[in-house]
Amino acid sequence: MRRNLVIGAALSFVVLMAAVVSLAWTPYDHSVLNIPNRMQLPSFEHWLGTDHFGRDIASMIMVGARTSISVALIAVGIGLIVGVPLGLIAAAYDGSMLDELIMRANDLIFAFPSLIIAILITAVLGPSAVNAIIAIGIFNIPVFARVTRGGALALWEQDFILAARVAGKSTLQISCEHILPNVANLLLVQGTIQFSLGILAEAGLSYVGLGAQPPTPSWGRMLADAQTMVGLAPHLALIPGIAIILSVLGLNQFGDGLRDVLDPKLRKS
Amino acid sequence: MLLYLIKRLVSLGCSLVAASLVIFLVIEVAPGDPAQFMLGVNAEPETVAALKSELGLDVPKWTRYFNWISGMLVGDFGTSYTYRTPVIEMILDRLAVSLPLAGYALLLSTLIAFPAGVIAASRHGRLGDAAVMVATQFGIAIPNFWFAMILVLIFAVNLPFFSAGGFVGWDKGFWAGVHSLTLPAIALALPQAAILARVMRSSLLEILNQDFMRTARAKGLSQRQTLWRHGLRNALIPVLTIIGLQFSFLIAGGIIIEQVFFLPGLGRLVFQAISSRDLIVVEAVVMLLVFVVIVVNFLVDLAYAIADPRLRHRT
Amino acid sequence: MALLSLDRLSLSIHRKTILHGISLNIAGGEIHALTGESGSGKSLTALAIMRLLPIGSKTQGHAVLNGIDVLTQTEAQMLAIRGREVGMIFQEPMTALNPVKTIGSQVQETVQIHTGATASEAARRADDVLARVGLPSDKFPRSRYPHQLSGGQRQRVVIAIAIALRPKLLIADEPTTALDVTTQALILKLLRNLVEEQGMGMLMITHDLAVVAEMAQHISVIRDGEIVEQAATPALFSGTRHHYTQALFEASRHRVNLPAPPAPRSLLTLRNVCCDYSLTRSHLFKSKDTFRALHQVTFDISLGERLGLVGESGCGKSTLARAILGLKQIQAGEILLDGDPVYADKRPNLAVCRRMQVVFQDPFSSFNPRHRVGRLITEPFHGQPYSPSGSERRAIVSEALLAVGLAASDADKFIHEFSGGQRQRIAIARAIITRPDLILFDEAVSALDVSVRAKILDVIAELCRSYGLTYLFISHDLGVVRSVTDRVMIMREGRIVEYGETESVFRNPSHPYTRTLIASAPVLPSMTASGY
Repeated sequence: MRRNLVIGAALSFVVLMAAVVSLAWTPYDHSVLNIPNRMQLPSFEHWLGTDHFGRDIASMIMVGARTSISVALIAVGIGLIVGVPLGLIAAAYDGSMLDELIMRANDLIFAFPSLIIAILITAVLGPSAVNAIIAIGIFNIPVFARVTRGGALALWEQDFILAARVAGKSTLQISCEHILPNVANLLLVQGTIQFSLGILAEAGLSYVGLGAQPPTPSWGRMLADAQTMVGLAPHLALIPGIAIILSVLGLNQFGDGLRDVLDPKLRKS
Repeated sequence: MLLYLIKRLVSLGCSLVAASLVIFLVIEVAPGDPAQFMLGVNAEPETVAALKSELGLDVPKWTRYFNWISGMLVGDFGTSYTYRTPVIEMILDRLAVSLPLAGYALLLSTLIAFPAGVIAASRHGRLGDAAVMVATQFGIAIPNFWFAMILVLIFAVNLPFFSAGGFVGWDKGFWAGVHSLTLPAIALALPQAAILARVMRSSLLEILNQDFMRTARAKGLSQRQTLWRHGLRNALIPVLTIIGLQFSFLIAGGIIIEQVFFLPGLGRLVFQAISSRDLIVVEAVVMLLVFVVIVVNFLVDLAYAIADPRLRHRT
Repeated sequence: MALLSLDRLSLSIHRKTILHGISLNIAGGEIHALTGESGSGKSLTALAIMRLLPIGSKTQGHAVLNGIDVLTQTEAQMLAIRGREVGMIFQEPMTALNPVKTIGSQVQETVQIHTGATASEAARRADDVLARVGLPSDKFPRSRYPHQLSGGQRQRVVIAIAIALRPKLLIADEPTTALDVTTQALILKLLRNLVEEQGMGMLMITHDLAVVAEMAQHISVIRDGEIVEQAATPALFSGTRHHYTQALFEASRHRVNLPAPPAPRSLLTLRNVCCDYSLTRSHLFKSKDTFRALHQVTFDISLGERLGLVGESGCGKSTLARAILGLKQIQAGEILLDGDPVYADKRPNLAVCRRMQVVFQDPFSSFNPRHRVGRLITEPFHGQPYSPSGSERRAIVSEALLAVGLAASDADKFIHEFSGGQRQRIAIARAIITRPDLILFDEAVSALDVSVRAKILDVIAELCRSYGLTYLFISHDLGVVRSVTDRVMIMREGRIVEYGETESVFRNPSHPYTRTLIASAPVLPSMTASGY
């Protein structure tokens, strides 16, 4: 078995479990303030210490994982649901006006980094975690559309597609039966990459106040709160940062491992 | 080549128009009346109407769009709802921080990524490659604003080589300005350099397997000469795309990094504008950022044609 | 003394032995051919001499070039030998040149790195060499990029790079395999002349025995990394042969026995068919140009007839196939299958299209890797008026697999479990399963080794007997077409230039282009004696 796949799967699993367990149990209530107990270093009682309001950091990290994962996951879902059909259509009608239209629209969305989309949405609707999901989700659309189209275009050149056309299958049937299963690998790998990018982007958005709002804990806002105290209590900044790094690292390793395992070129040898 | 240029220019124009329409329409659906907002809830209806006409808000939507566009073409971005000053002045001040920051970061990330990518590819499967790969794995996983906070902790708080934040201004001299942008630029550049180095490496590795590299070796060129003379330019073609994309990430990332270092850039301007509902400023800043991204990608397209003769001749 | 002498050269890659004690000698001015099927180790022998083997390779034995054992040279010493003492030509001219450098600079580079000549001096010498390989500077400016040249012209540039410094040894690895026959003939002639004029020794690696027979003075036949036979060319073609060499020869000249066709009754009719492709705009204010791929194509196929279609790459063969199958809309004329139009109201008439099937060239891209063989070969039942199911379907799958020489149990396997030849059998099974009226073979045996090709041709002949196939056999290979068709068409630039009984066309070609084609194709000399 490949090392990066195992390491990646293990790290991702730990983060996922933290999020799932937080639904039922956390060491402390993450929202209870305990000012006398504030800014404690990690100890037996508070595994990761407490923040400037005396809240238990371990509990906040667990609930924050939930926020990060749900935002990033839904954003990947948006990208897949909208982007993949667009990519399939563009490839099926390669070179047509429809293809041109879809790809130009993609380029246009690419010109709006998710932060800028978030700024626009927030300016209109006010800040919320939903904004973060929409902003990251919109940015994921052209990513998945391009990956799908690229993979599908290479497949449309293959003789087995021609054979299916000779059998009289329609473009839709060919796209579903022959193209989609063969680009699924690519989408799985890209999905894990976008998932990890989504976690990074969510952290960035909540750091500048465009994402999840209090009292929902999020890693990015924990960092924003820690910023003014970074000299006094560095662990307030270190711990959420390490949580982000480990989850992104884990997902990226997992994605790399998947790519190696699923790549037919590598598998043959 | 001329046809290629014209095609690109046309698509550049279309992108800009489409982007401006999107931005205008999104801002348009925002609830509330700016004139009412500026004057407060107790203002007389006549005063509000007068302000509306002064701001050009009393004409139909499409006229307003064309006024906005034609204003921007001559450098008039409108008047700030909160400060009552021309938006262009506010933006130009902030741009003097944000653009140099993005450019500085792009320079740093390219300077780091190219050698790292070349070393990794030329020592493929050996120690140097493994070291670069591990470093880039971490580089990609580290959020730039967190990295910025750590840099502040190390270099500004504990080892006072740099100031923890703020910008001295260009009037204190070029080097003073560069000095106060150095930590932010490093924070922005390193994670991007990690991505760029990986793209550079994989692009070079792909080129190393091409037939023409074997032809070059059969001529009597050494591995290194082959890489530099025949590999690099071919490998640069996909890397260019990433550099173009990176600039837009650097511009956006800069907005976040400015918050860490308390830099008076576009980021601060836009966040203040959001909280004071100064939508015309938000609109202008977003349009400007999108404009920069689209123009940079246009330039990348042109660079493509210079790097790749196949594209140049294909009209 | 031999110019190059391989003495028990062995090679292993990651501890897997690839070459077992190869020995051969080449003298100056001599062409020595190394021939064998794919995977036999031909190309790796060449790379071993160049010392350009993949990482993890270990060599043993000696490879003495001009008194120096290259296997013991340091990498620095090899740099002086490659390009100067020995030049190399590769199979794929489309990818062997750097796409972002001009042809002049790529030839010039060889001169500069070895002689230390100034740029202008090196450019002048590069100019001479390019002229010598048939690319005069007035017609082919040195500032051209590879993509502006044809495949044959690019191969000339690759040759110029290899011979720029008049090396003593030239290694040519399948130098004409990717080229059309007429281009192949010109390149082979050029190589022969260069060897004669410059007194070079040449190691020519090829799978094509006919090319070997025309070019080489000596032949080594290699199988699984071992030389099974080595002899002077005339001796090999007349004397006793190793049974493997014998098998290769027989496979190369393999002729099948076709049953006599039934009495003519028209099945497929093409009348004045024209087909266009639109090109990208060459000028902003011009409308899109179109390229006419087929001009007024007219012919018939009778029921039970085997018709051949021969032409070089880009002549419109594949376009014609697609037009017949209903995959490429025609712009003028009509295509009728048994009286019914293939295109009705500008759209493919699916009911008619379903009565035709096709076998493609590339056995590796012809199947969806995610489906099992049973599902793959029953795909043509899609949309048929009657589609069997359950045990009947299984019986039909078994029958089709058995008919092409596979086992019924293969239906449950995935395609990656099969070799190229087996895949081509599966492709044929897919084509016959619905008992179509007409089958198109589009270069169906071109990607296969000779021995596999012979077996596939036998399968086709057998099916003609058992199923009474009617087919259009498209190929660039004259020998194969001659063997499996009753009548043949020669196509050039979208036009049918000759059309007639296969044997009479080959014996008495009437069109000059047909004559050129037949004259260009290397011919395997007939066996005068045989040891078996």
